[in-house]
Amino acid sequence: MSPRAELHELDLTELSALLAARQVSSEELAQALLARIATQNGDLNAFITLDPDATLAQARAADARIGRGEGGVLTGIPVAHKDIFCASGWRTTCGSRMLEEFTAPYDATVVEHFNDAGAVFLGKTNMDEFAMGSSNESSWFGPVRNPWDRNAVPGGSSGGSAAAVAARLCPAATGTDTGGSIRQPAALTGICGLKPTYGLVSRYGMIAFASSLDQAGPLARSAADLAVLLDTMVGFDPRDSTSLERPVEHYGRALDRPLEGMRLGLPREYFAEGLDADVARAVDEALVTLRGLGCETVEVSLPNTRLSIPVYYVLAPAEASSNLARYDGARYGYRAQEPRDLADLYSRTRAEGFGAEVRRRILVGTYVLSHGYYDAYYLKAQQIRRLIARDFDAAFSTCDLILGPTSPSVAFDLGERSADPVQMYLSDIYTIAVNLAGLPGMSIPAGFGAKGRPVGLQVIGNYFDEARMLNLAHRFQQATDWHRRAPASGA
Amino acid sequence: MPWQIVIGLETHAQLSTRSKMFSGSSTAFGAEPNRQASAVDIALPGVLPVANRGAVERAIRFGLAVGGSIRRRSVFARKNYFYPDLPKGYQISQYELPIIEGGALLIPAADGERSIPLTRAHLEEDAGKSLHEDFQGATGIDLNRAGTPLLEIVTEPALTSAEEAVSYARALHALLRWIDVCDGNMQEGSFRCDANVSVRRNASDPLGTRCEIKNLNSFRFLEQAIRHEARRQIELIEDGGRVRQETRLYDPDRDETRPMRSKEDAHDYRYFPDPDLLPLEVTPDWVESVRAQMPELPAAMRSRLAGELGLAAYDAAILTGSRELARYFEAIASRLPGNAKLAANWVMGEILGRLNREGLEIGACPVDAARLAGLLARVADGTVSGKTAKEVLDALWSGTETADEVIQARGLTQISDSGELEVIIDGILAQNPAQVAEFRGGKQKVFGFFVGAAMKATRGKGNPAQVNALLRRKLGADA
Repeated sequence: MSPRAELHELDLTELSALLAARQVSSEELAQALLARIATQNGDLNAFITLDPDATLAQARAADARIGRGEGGVLTGIPVAHKDIFCASGWRTTCGSRMLEEFTAPYDATVVEHFNDAGAVFLGKTNMDEFAMGSSNESSWFGPVRNPWDRNAVPGGSSGGSAAAVAARLCPAATGTDTGGSIRQPAALTGICGLKPTYGLVSRYGMIAFASSLDQAGPLARSAADLAVLLDTMVGFDPRDSTSLERPVEHYGRALDRPLEGMRLGLPREYFAEGLDADVARAVDEALVTLRGLGCETVEVSLPNTRLSIPVYYVLAPAEASSNLARYDGARYGYRAQEPRDLADLYSRTRAEGFGAEVRRRILVGTYVLSHGYYDAYYLKAQQIRRLIARDFDAAFSTCDLILGPTSPSVAFDLGERSADPVQMYLSDIYTIAVNLAGLPGMSIPAGFGAKGRPVGLQVIGNYFDEARMLNLAHRFQQATDWHRRAPASGA
Repeated sequence: MPWQIVIGLETHAQLSTRSKMFSGSSTAFGAEPNRQASAVDIALPGVLPVANRGAVERAIRFGLAVGGSIRRRSVFARKNYFYPDLPKGYQISQYELPIIEGGALLIPAADGERSIPLTRAHLEEDAGKSLHEDFQGATGIDLNRAGTPLLEIVTEPALTSAEEAVSYARALHALLRWIDVCDGNMQEGSFRCDANVSVRRNASDPLGTRCEIKNLNSFRFLEQAIRHEARRQIELIEDGGRVRQETRLYDPDRDETRPMRSKEDAHDYRYFPDPDLLPLEVTPDWVESVRAQMPELPAAMRSRLAGELGLAAYDAAILTGSRELARYFEAIASRLPGNAKLAANWVMGEILGRLNREGLEIGACPVDAARLAGLLARVADGTVSGKTAKEVLDALWSGTETADEVIQARGLTQISDSGELEVIIDGILAQNPAQVAEFRGGKQKVFGFFVGAAMKATRGKGNPAQVNALLRRKLGADA
C-alpha cells in the first residue's frame, strides 16, 4: 500500500494492519470516514442514521483497547450496519415510515458480536422497506444511488450497505439476504457480498421479513475481508431457535489454497435466455481466468430454477404477512391519528405506515395463507422448495462449487423497473433459489458491462462450504483487480 | 321423548413453569401490569421465540398420564389475528401436529369408572389481557399474561350430561395437579374450559349442530352453562327452529348464554408452521426420562389402596382426590401397619371435615401426618377411646404438642389395668344392690346404668371394652 493512500481507499485487512501497528488511530479513521460521508451521503443517500458522537466514543474505546494490547482484527474498524439490525440507542427504521421514530432498546446478536470484537459502529444504512425490493427504491427515506452512476440503482435490499462500501464510505457493512439482497447489490455496485448457509448467523434482533429465508452476511471489498467479517458474525445463539450449533470455523483458513482440480458447476439455466450479453461476456471471462487457475468447469442443471421466483413470491409474502402483523400502532411505531375505532386504527396505521411494495406483499401473503388457498399456494410452494433444494444436491454430486452470474443485468436506471413489480422480481432470478435451498451464496466483482456498470460473479457453495467459496474468490482476486476498481468520487 | 346431550370439552391448563412458553419472563400471577413483559412478550421488532423445555416436559408428563401417544415430531404453528392484547398479531400454537394425540381420562361414574377419550393435547401461549374498566373511553393492555404456557386438552364429543362434564373437569383438574403440570388455580385463570354442546333425539342420530361456550372458569359455571345451553337448544328445536353454529358466552348473573360470534364471521386464522421454531423433537429417551420421574397415578393408587390395604373403593377414591391428600394418608397408614381403615376413617371424617369447615386445603392442615399417626396409634392400642381421641385432636389442631404429650398432660390415658377397673366395678356393684337385683331379674337395660357409672367413676378413662367385659363377668351376664 502506498503511504500516501487516503484512509478510505484502504480495505479492511489493510486498515486492520495499520491500526495494529498504531500508524493510525481508530478515532482518526472514524473521523476521516465521517467526513467523507458528510460530503458524499447527501448525493448517495446510503445512510439513514449517523451518530458521530457515539461512533467516535466507540472509536476511542477501541483505541484504548488496542493500546492495552487487547485488540483483535476488527478492533477499531468502522462498520456500517443495515438499518434492519436493532442496536441499543440507535434509531432502527427498517427503511419504513412505520419505524421512523423507533429506537431499539436492545442489540441484535450480530451487532453484539461486532461490539464485542471492538468494531466501531459507523451508522445505519439505507435499505428497501422491510428488505422488500431489489433496487432500494422502496425505502421511506428515499432511494440510494449507485456510486458508479448516479442514475442507476444500487440494487437491494441492502443497497445502502453496498453503496457505502462501493463509494469507500466504509470498509465493511452488514446486510441481509432473503432472495439476493446481499449478492445482487454487491454485484450492481462492484463489491463482494456473502450470504452464509441458513442458520449460521443469528437472526435475533434482525427485523424479520421472511424468517425461513432471511440470513445476515457481510459486504466488503475483498474475499479476505469477508472471511474476517464472517468469523465475527457466525455463531450459535440460544435466542434463535433456527441457529445452528456447530464447531467454530476460521473462514480464512483456506484462502490461499491452490484451485487445481476444483470442479465448478455451470448451471445450464443460468446461461440461457434472459441473461444480458454484457453480463454473460464478463462471467465467461471470469471463467477463463478460473480455468487458468486450474479449475475444471462442468455443466450442471437446476431444472426447477425457473420456479424459484413464483415459489419465493408465495412463501416470502406468506411469512411476511404474519411477521409484519406486529406493526399495529398499539405498542410502538407509527400510529394513525384519531382513529374512529379499533379496525380504523389498524387499517389506517398500516395503510399509512407501510409503503406500496410492503402492502402488496402483505396482501399476497394473506391471500395465499387463506382458507381454501393454502394447499394450492403455500403447501405447493413448500413442495417445490424441496425440489429446488434437491436440484442443488444433485448438482453438487458432480461439482464443488456452482458459478454463474449474480444478476441477469447490470444496474438498471432509477425508476426503470419500479412500475413493473414482475420485471423487478426477475432481477433475483439467479439468487432466489439459493435462499430457498438454504445454501451459501456470494457475489464478487467480475468486470464491467453496459455503461461501465459492474458485473457480479455468483459463487454458490454446498452447505457450510463458505471457506471453499472464499478460497476460490480470493484466488480469483489475486489474479484480477476488479475488486480494486473504485468509482470516481462524486461531489 | 328424552334428548341426548353431547358435550366435548376443551380445557386450557396453565403449565406450572416459572418462565413463559417462548421467553424468559416470569409467569408469577399478580404483578403490576406489564412488569412481566419482556422484549419478546411485547413483540419488539427482531425478537424470536425459544420454546420452554419445562413446558414441553409437562406436556409429555400429561401424555404419559392419560396414555396418549407422544408425537416424536410436533409442529408449532401461527394462528393469525389482530387484537390489541395479542402483541405479535399471531398466537403460537400447535395445529396439525400436536404433541399429544389420543389417550383417555378415567372419571368416577355411578357404576364404577368411565373412560373419556381424548382427541389431543397441544402446547400454546396465552394472550395478554384487555382491561376495559378504569380507563375512561380507552382500553388498557396488560401483557404480563402474554406468552404464558398453556396445554389445551380436547376431549372427543363423549360427555353426555352437565354432571358428567363437571366430573371430567374435576378429574382432569385433580390429575393435572397430581402430576405437577398445573397449579389448578381457577380464580387466577390457570384452568378454564370451553364447552362444545349439541343435542340430538337419539344416540344413533348424527351429531347435532354445536355451540361453543367460551371461558368457563368454575365447575359451577361449567355445569350451569351446559345445562342452560342444552335446554336452549332443545327448546329451539322443539319450537321448530334450528341451532346455528356459533360461539357463545355464559353470563352467570343472568344464567344464560348469548352469542359472541357466528360461524359466518369466524376468523380465518391462516395457520401455517412457525418458521421461527423448528419442529419440536421429542426423543424416546426424553420420554423415558420423564416416565422414570412420574409419580404413581391416582388410578393405580386407588386400586392399590383397595387391594393391599383393603379400603372400600369409595374411600380409596376420596383419599386419592389430590396427591397431597394421598401422600398425607399414606404417611399415616405407613406408621400404623394393619390399621389402614382406622387411618382412612379419621382422615376422611375428622380431618377433611375440619378442613372443610375452616376452608383449608390439606396442604394447610395444622396436624401433620406424624402427629395424627401418633394419636391414632394410641387409639389403636387402646390408650384412649375414640371419643377422647377427638378431644386430643382438638388440642393438636390448635397447638404444637404430640398426642402423647396431650394425653399425658391431661391425664387422658384410658384405664385398661383390669385390676384397677375391677376394684372400681366391685365398688359400684356393692353400692347399687337394687340395680344388681333388677339386672339379674332379667332387666337387661340396667346394664347401661353400670357402664355409665363406671365411666363416670373413671372420669371417662375406663377402657370401654374392658369395662363391658368386667361387668358382664361380675354380673354373670355371659352365663
